[in-house]
Amino acid sequence: MAGYMRDHQDKIVSRWTELVVASVRGRSSAVEVRRELEDLFPLTIRAMSGADEQASGELRAALTELSRSRARNGFTPSETALAVFSLKDAVYELVADTAELTPDYLAFSRLVDGLGLHTFETYAAAREQIIADQALSMLELSTPVVRLWDGIIAVPLVGTLDSARTQVVMEKLLETLVATGADHAVLDITGVPTVDTEVAQHLLKTVNAARLLGAECIVSGIRPQVAQTIVSLGIEFGDIATKATLADALAYALNRTGQKVTKMGQA
Amino acid sequence: MERVPILKIGQTLFVSIQIDLQDESVMRLQEDLAEELGATGAHGVIIDITAVEIVDSFIGRMLATIGSISRLFDAETVLVGMRPAVAITLTELGLSLKGVRTALNAEKGLALLNRST
Amino acid sequence: MDELPIRSGDDVVRVRQQVRVVAAKTGLSLVDQTKVVTAASELARNALVHGGGGTASVEVVTSSHGRSGIKIGFSDDGPGIPDIDLALTDGWTTGQGLGLGLSGARRLVDEFELTSKADGGTSVVVVKWSR
Repeated sequence: MAGYMRDHQDKIVSRWTELVVASVRGRSSAVEVRRELEDLFPLTIRAMSGADEQASGELRAALTELSRSRARNGFTPSETALAVFSLKDAVYELVADTAELTPDYLAFSRLVDGLGLHTFETYAAAREQIIADQALSMLELSTPVVRLWDGIIAVPLVGTLDSARTQVVMEKLLETLVATGADHAVLDITGVPTVDTEVAQHLLKTVNAARLLGAECIVSGIRPQVAQTIVSLGIEFGDIATKATLADALAYALNRTGQKVTKMGQA
Repeated sequence: MERVPILKIGQTLFVSIQIDLQDESVMRLQEDLAEELGATGAHGVIIDITAVEIVDSFIGRMLATIGSISRLFDAETVLVGMRPAVAITLTELGLSLKGVRTALNAEKGLALLNRST
Repeated sequence: MDELPIRSGDDVVRVRQQVRVVAAKTGLSLVDQTKVVTAASELARNALVHGGGGTASVEVVTSSHGRSGIKIGFSDDGPGIPDIDLALTDGWTTGQGLGLGLSGARRLVDEFELTSKADGGTSVVVVKWSR
């Protein structure tokens, strides 16, 4: 089968190109398509022999590249897969009348099916990576660390505090501690909807990490329902200071650093 | 084996760990510090780990032990300059290094020691 | 893939350094590099102290999604671990013995596989992926 295809290379590739060009509807020129397919064809022949491991690898790599570049150019994964599948049509037209090649054709057909699926998977994997990258950027953007006062920084936590976010919070908090030389950090959880054992552990981790850099943490923004949940779950905050509001936490931190806020015109 | 030098400035012993310490060197440091504390009667120890990139559980425990030994000599130990990446990793490992005080840098560490004496 | 012997404290340091070099190459963030090197230090030390010595292997790997990562294998010919489940129990603050090293190292990596070898001894393979 491979031999037959090699002998009829020009005819098959031309027909394949025709079929693919018809499906791209002008987004790719016939010359470009022909070039792409001419590269793929010999790799396919080599992979068909089954004994050439390297050829299979190279073929998959070439298809991965094709899939990626087409995705970048706005082709749907189906279109790319169909382009691969049309090789079957091109070959079938030629061997339809040659009975002895029929069993080989089946094997060949299965090989091409696998290749078409591979292009689909490459597309899906690339999309997943983009989504993961975007999720990470969003996480970083939504974790501001602000300087409240000399030596006092605050991290307003909004949304669920899962392990991914905790990592980002810890990194940003510690970097800011080093950059500002602060020794007090307020972790405000007003915007954290639920505080369960897991969230409490994440908070404790963050407090621990800040402590290793010599900073004391204050957890503020404890809402009544949250307070009840914490107590009922038996979560112990130990020696970590907790306050109801960010303002309370600021007053506490100022006090600890020997500072006081007074109205002007008063002693 | 590398020996970490111990500097005495006033009533405080200063140790600056500059390199990737081998286990033996850490244990040697522990011994040397105990000796120095006994000999000098220093009130405080500052261990600067600004240059340390990796602190695993063994080294972490050694540092905590140094803290305990110092206390026996009525001296306080302050660990300064821990890198954020190291702090995060130690926290993940579950080591809180209780019993060792910490500060952002040697200056703050010294201020801490002076406050508590 | 690099293979390193673990026969002394100096070897543990060498394993750390090699892992650091390879981790930097795979594009891991600084925190992730620190985590994987620390995990390697724990496991190398375990192999030395509890396993009576062994070897470590370090290599770069690629996931099916095209992400690169670092894979480190530790193998020792020691007495093996009688109760693997117990050894892996999360021990947060005890800081004593086997538990902390192994369970701690596991928290620092993305994939962690510990098996007792057929001819005695232990094998641990960990992987950390870049994001």
